[in-house]
Amino acid sequence: MSFSRRDFLKSSAAASAAAAMGMVVPTGLQAAAKEAESGWRWDKAACRFCGTGCGIMMATKNGKIVAVKGDPAAPVNRGLNCIKGYFNAKIMYGADRLTQPLLRVNAKGEFDKHGNFAPVSWKRAYDEMEKHIRIALKASGPEGVGVFASGQHTIMEGYAAQKMMKAGFRSNAIDPNARHCMASAVVGFYQTFGIDEPSGCYDDIELTDTVVSWGSNMAEMHPILWSRVTDRKLTHPDRVKIVSIQTYTHRTSDLADIEIIFTPNTDLALWNYVAREIVYNHPEAIDWDFVKKHIIFATGPVNIGYGLRRAGEKSITPVRTDGSAGKYSAKEMIAINKEMNKKVSTTEGPALEPYGYKAGDTMHNTAGTLDHWEISFEEYKRSLAPYTLDYVAKIAKGNPDESIDAFKKKLQALAALYIEKDRKVVSFWTMGMNQHTRGSWDNTLAYNVHFLLNKQAKPGSGAFSLTGQPSACGTAREVGVFTHRLPADLMVANPAHRKIAEKKWMIPEDTLNGVGVQDIMRIHRDIEDGLIKFAWVNVCNPYQDTASATHWIKAAREMDNFIVTSDGYPGISAKVSDLILPAAMIYEKWGAYGNAERRTQHWRQQVLPVGDAMSDTWQWVELSKRFTVKDLWGAYAPSGPRKTALPDVIAKAKAMGYSENTTMYEILFANKIAKSYKLDQKDPIQKGYDNSEGYGDKRNVVGTDGKVFGGYGFFIQKYLFEEYASFGRGHGHDLAPFDVYHKVRGLKWPVVDGKETPWRFNVKYDPYAAKAAKGTNNEFAFYGMIAKELPHGDLSGIKDKTKKALTNKAKIFARPYMDPPEMPDAEYDTWLCTGRVLEHWHSGTMTMRVPELYRAVPEALCYMHPKDAKDKGLTQGGLCWIESRRGKVKARVETRGRNRPSRGLVFVPWFDERVFINKVTLDQACPMSKQVDHKKCAVKIYKA
Amino acid sequence: MEKEQGSDRRKFILDMARGVGIAALGGFVWSAFIDEAKASQLLLRPPGALKENDFLRTCIKCGLCVEACPYDTLMLARPGDHRPLGTPFFLPRDVPCYMCPDIPCVPVCPSGALDKKSVSTEGHLNIKSAQMGLAVVDQESCIAFWGIQCDACYRACPILGEAITIEYSKNERTGKHAFMVPIVHSGACTGCGLCEHACVTQKASIHILPREVAMGKAGNHYIKGWDKKDEKRLENAKEIKTTTEISKKSAVDSLNSGMKDLY
Repeated sequence: MSFSRRDFLKSSAAASAAAAMGMVVPTGLQAAAKEAESGWRWDKAACRFCGTGCGIMMATKNGKIVAVKGDPAAPVNRGLNCIKGYFNAKIMYGADRLTQPLLRVNAKGEFDKHGNFAPVSWKRAYDEMEKHIRIALKASGPEGVGVFASGQHTIMEGYAAQKMMKAGFRSNAIDPNARHCMASAVVGFYQTFGIDEPSGCYDDIELTDTVVSWGSNMAEMHPILWSRVTDRKLTHPDRVKIVSIQTYTHRTSDLADIEIIFTPNTDLALWNYVAREIVYNHPEAIDWDFVKKHIIFATGPVNIGYGLRRAGEKSITPVRTDGSAGKYSAKEMIAINKEMNKKVSTTEGPALEPYGYKAGDTMHNTAGTLDHWEISFEEYKRSLAPYTLDYVAKIAKGNPDESIDAFKKKLQALAALYIEKDRKVVSFWTMGMNQHTRGSWDNTLAYNVHFLLNKQAKPGSGAFSLTGQPSACGTAREVGVFTHRLPADLMVANPAHRKIAEKKWMIPEDTLNGVGVQDIMRIHRDIEDGLIKFAWVNVCNPYQDTASATHWIKAAREMDNFIVTSDGYPGISAKVSDLILPAAMIYEKWGAYGNAERRTQHWRQQVLPVGDAMSDTWQWVELSKRFTVKDLWGAYAPSGPRKTALPDVIAKAKAMGYSENTTMYEILFANKIAKSYKLDQKDPIQKGYDNSEGYGDKRNVVGTDGKVFGGYGFFIQKYLFEEYASFGRGHGHDLAPFDVYHKVRGLKWPVVDGKETPWRFNVKYDPYAAKAAKGTNNEFAFYGMIAKELPHGDLSGIKDKTKKALTNKAKIFARPYMDPPEMPDAEYDTWLCTGRVLEHWHSGTMTMRVPELYRAVPEALCYMHPKDAKDKGLTQGGLCWIESRRGKVKARVETRGRNRPSRGLVFVPWFDERVFINKVTLDQACPMSKQVDHKKCAVKIYKA
Repeated sequence: MEKEQGSDRRKFILDMARGVGIAALGGFVWSAFIDEAKASQLLLRPPGALKENDFLRTCIKCGLCVEACPYDTLMLARPGDHRPLGTPFFLPRDVPCYMCPDIPCVPVCPSGALDKKSVSTEGHLNIKSAQMGLAVVDQESCIAFWGIQCDACYRACPILGEAITIEYSKNERTGKHAFMVPIVHSGACTGCGLCEHACVTQKASIHILPREVAMGKAGNHYIKGWDKKDEKRLENAKEIKTTTEISKKSAVDSLNSGMKDLY
């Protein structure tokens, strides 16, 4: 239908004017008006961007999305959106959208790592992929095939990717960008509750008296939630208090009653200070009845390193006399060497004393471990002793221009708010506490304070980890698209869990690989070490978003490997790849996301993909057609992190009725159960909607076999979702049936008897808690199953190895303050913090293509204190170099505006590929969660 | 902001505009100048510009301010622009004034059309005292007034918290969100236009107008009882004498004007 908007306005205005005047409208015009009015279709979807999970409605006209509106029925946002959500209709239609596969070729058209990109068919692209996967499998076994997955994968895509990787390729080298975003939160949940994801929900905002934002610029990063916080403050301005605890002043402080600016990493000390205030100075505030019934105390080793490369790894071998090692310069090795040994500083000395270290000692680090053991309350109390007001204020005060007394007063006020009887408190945090070399500790410290006061898992009270990505919870975590996970909190290292997955996936016992340690940082490092020879980037931009970026890009471009990127737009990852696959974007496919409050939201395919783009689900399923039982399920010798052989399971496969030549497609994706999910245009859920994977579509895309793709012939998205959901149903992760999600505005799992769960672990609201607490009069049950048997010891180690069960209990952890491995010194004298701005999403591949957002924030700036700028001879708006021991970038100096660091710290956002700040950052990580700390390293700033 | 790339082309345009400006000064196209003087009431001038009429009389169209601008913000009016030829101006939606602390465009002005004193406080250049214009919000198209969490203008403002503040109010429509709308303060807004440039609506919903055009003025006969500082306006308060249609005749003349409309 060709009917311009102008025509529409003219004709419908004329028709309604005529109708109002009782005139006879010419039939032609009347018909045109009617057609125009019905020329668009509204349908619900979820916003593409952050973890808030706003509901939206998409208007489709002539097969294209033309408009968006906030969904008035969506409980999260009730019809509102933020500035990015406002542009959802524009994100898929950038001028440089990738529309066909592109391969690096030489003049003869052969693949050449040094060639330029040229368009190829899907068949040619898959021939190359297949060839290079076979090369990688031969060279390194399953560990040689890696995937960069995503917290922006739809649930179905993430599930398909993980199934083909783990069941098909037997490789656990699949890990999402969500590793960089909330892995520390997950370790916090597992260690504290024994089950992933928050106990509370967003309704806490309307019910609380206090919002404490720790290391989170909610005003820019979760704007719709911040709008709810603001409304709460406006409703009871005197009662409701807002505290903003940050390393620099930003928008979130605008509304705050108290702003605490702390030195990077000392949030560990701040949490322990609040706990010490409770335990030492306000013991009457401890709810002993709650603590005795529901809590045990625990600790773990402190000498766990910083998630950096460890001695002996290939790329830091040999060590040379000048201090350099392998591919790393002497300067780079300064931080890396601390991974093995470090000297305890005077700053951290007092905090480490209860653990047997003092300033000046050499700490010998072992690789990070999740091990921990039970301790007594007295031991926990002893761990808190160092965090006096004087000590904490001295190490934590982050603004050199603030008086120590003023800072102390704020700390006291903060503790008083937590402690105040009958005051409800919500602590929110995001990247500040997660991207942290002690991020897992930091997360557990948050629950400590809430538990002591019995202010957790209750309406209006709780420590609440906000996620950054739209489906970091729904896909990455719940589906388990991590190297170590399987769906619904099952673990690859657990043989019983592997058995469950093997049964569900109808694959032979012992197919699954039990060694899952190739996290996203390790995948980069394994590529640099030459172990991984094939890597596939899905819905993320790992070559822009990872610290120490130069190393990973060099490894991708200069080593013998094959890197594939599926994307909608040409970002840095596409650019450094060998093959690029055009990916269908969010509303071009059926999908589902899960937000930070456990809300699962589905949408239908609204439009056909642009060009020859196809969904990630399709791309995975097509790849599965290329590999058979005999290709993948033979024996594999030990490789990389796996020290034992993987068994040959071909005979078992045959016993199950498969042949050597059965394809992974037939086993994993087009099996009997899958085919029972019928395509049906009479089904009200499917009626009138495209399904490019199911039916093919009118574009007649020529597929990976060189023939027009005519569809799989079954409702593959529903199959994938239902099979995935079956892992968690009955185990505390219950999801509703697929069809239900197409009728509601999302539901918070566990969904039991059709009802969602607002507060988990609370007997009143959570049927699983009620079940676990049955026969007692307990109000809570922390029923998570992970790490629920512990040996006993004290702060220095395990004393009694006998494991004791902790059924239905949660944990309070003793965790000390420690320095990060790189801090400002005489040469690199400034802290660098990186992050986002409201206008742009992550690496900017989508938002930098929306003209209005590009215009609003066209480039990343270096935000700094005006006095620092003056002292360094820099001018407002002038260019400066930001240089670390790893690299340097140029950016414009901004001494005014939204972000206002104190002296000694600069903030540079990472969305702008032209201000490639991850060349400067350090790939340090929390050694327990493996989440990289992009929030702090040492730089020097000088005029460019 | 890519000064180098465009600079050849810009120099050409600058020279051309300059030539015409000088010609205009010589009287060759004087009539065009007069016509365009009216349009100039809506033009945004560089920091420190004199009042528009004085500015037009003083500016010698030399283009030195344009050359000094590191961001290519300033342009010289060309023939057909319907702007006074050869005079400097800027269009913030294209390139706003980035408010350089050293205000390079002003000290170079040879004629005093850009007045250093007006952008100085206590003898030091202070770009925050510039009065290039004033930001005005169209509340109907500004999406913050719809409840969208935008405030792009606020975050773009180099003196946020002073020139633009956010006013919070409850969104009764949703019952659990807040409106966060931008409010411009004329006392601090310099008219740099970074807000207009950043505005994400199709046509900017916040735009800069010359202060004379944008601002109203309340009379000095009423002083805000709730604002002590407002008393300052009393300094200018003058003797009041009013005339309306009904009062223009003297009292006696009115009284003696006959009874014909009364009964």
